[in-house]
Amino acid sequence: MSNVFIIFQTNEDTRNIVEAILQDNDAATVNEQPAMVRIDSPGNLTIKRASIEDKMGRDFDLQELHVNLISLSGNINETDDEFSLSWKH
Amino acid sequence: MHLDLRTVSITPLRQTFDSIAERIGSDKPASRYQEATLDVQPDANFHYRPLWDPEHELYDVSRTAIKMQDWYAFKDPRQFYYGTYTLARARMQETAEGDFDFVETRSLATSYPTTAKDLALQVLLPLRHVEWGANMNNTSMCAYGYGAAITQACLFNAMDHLGMAQYLTRTGLLLDEPAALDAAKQTWLTDPKWQGLRRYVEDTFVLKDWFELFIAQNLVLNGLLYPLVYQHFDQALSVQAGPVVSMLTRFQSEWYAETSKWVNATLKIAAGESTDNQQLLSGWMKTYRDRAITALAPIAALALADKANAVMTELLEEFNTRALKFGLTP
Repeated sequence: MSNVFIIFQTNEDTRNIVEAILQDNDAATVNEQPAMVRIDSPGNLTIKRASIEDKMGRDFDLQELHVNLISLSGNINETDDEFSLSWKH
Repeated sequence: MHLDLRTVSITPLRQTFDSIAERIGSDKPASRYQEATLDVQPDANFHYRPLWDPEHELYDVSRTAIKMQDWYAFKDPRQFYYGTYTLARARMQETAEGDFDFVETRSLATSYPTTAKDLALQVLLPLRHVEWGANMNNTSMCAYGYGAAITQACLFNAMDHLGMAQYLTRTGLLLDEPAALDAAKQTWLTDPKWQGLRRYVEDTFVLKDWFELFIAQNLVLNGLLYPLVYQHFDQALSVQAGPVVSMLTRFQSEWYAETSKWVNATLKIAAGESTDNQQLLSGWMKTYRDRAITALAPIAALALADKANAVMTELLEEFNTRALKFGLTP
């Protein structure tokens, strides 16, 4: 199974996002690099709005991901509540 | 000349302060909220007890009957420390200022129907004094409480109430003349309809147990008054005369939705700590709930006329469901 990945800049916001992703995706591995953080996951990766809001303590719009997004791979499926990467499409 | 560029990864020797690392582990960076909150209140090396209260230390856990293993368990789900709090409020204030501007520049206040305006002023303006009471009470919780996790949030809450008292004042000045504020003060002091609520507010001023005060003010009074005024009364006014007053009270309704998260989380933690806490909190909740329902009945009747009883029953049901959610017995 191929990996999907997503890479963010490292900052206060993305720390919560990364924590939320790791909590929701057991198979995901995190790779911290200078000023950026890369998350790999075999097959698919799901980012849940509710988990991020929980970590951040405020309302979160999944579109805010793009502010700190560096790169990603995989087919994207986006709803208001979830942003997922996979190779299904 | 040949230049070789390479990335060097520098890992920090420490992720955060030692005192924070003791709580959250030294392997991960702490959030600003954690660094600005955990163990911030001094708890050692006080040489003397305060002269005004020699029974207690300056910061003393025994000022409330509630017992906690760790007073820093009260994590604020909004993660407010000074920086985030002021930013969040600045955003809300910007919206509110915009709303006031909108109403003012389009002279919406002058074209607002007189009956609705009178009713709005009668209900909203005396609430300035309730807001001031809430400010006093939350300042008191901050002063006598234990642990920065809860006391800082109480002080933020106190400032919010002061701000909302000012928004009510400005609403009054926008819809009417300054004399309306004096009239509302007289109503607060003498009108029989308001005396129940005034008694409730003034009785809470002398509560010694700050957690009991938290229940009386932040859970019970706010939990019933805000939905009554800023949801039901607001809706009734909008149906009758359009959304002008809703715009002027938008801060309050947004604030209530946000702050309830903190109150819910705090009580869930306190009640979950032990059955003793749970029983104490439930007992206080019942006492003040029944008092508040009686105190608010005449205000509901003033605001909603014949719908008052139905709304109060609905509010009570909602309140009880909410209390159940964080483990209190209604």
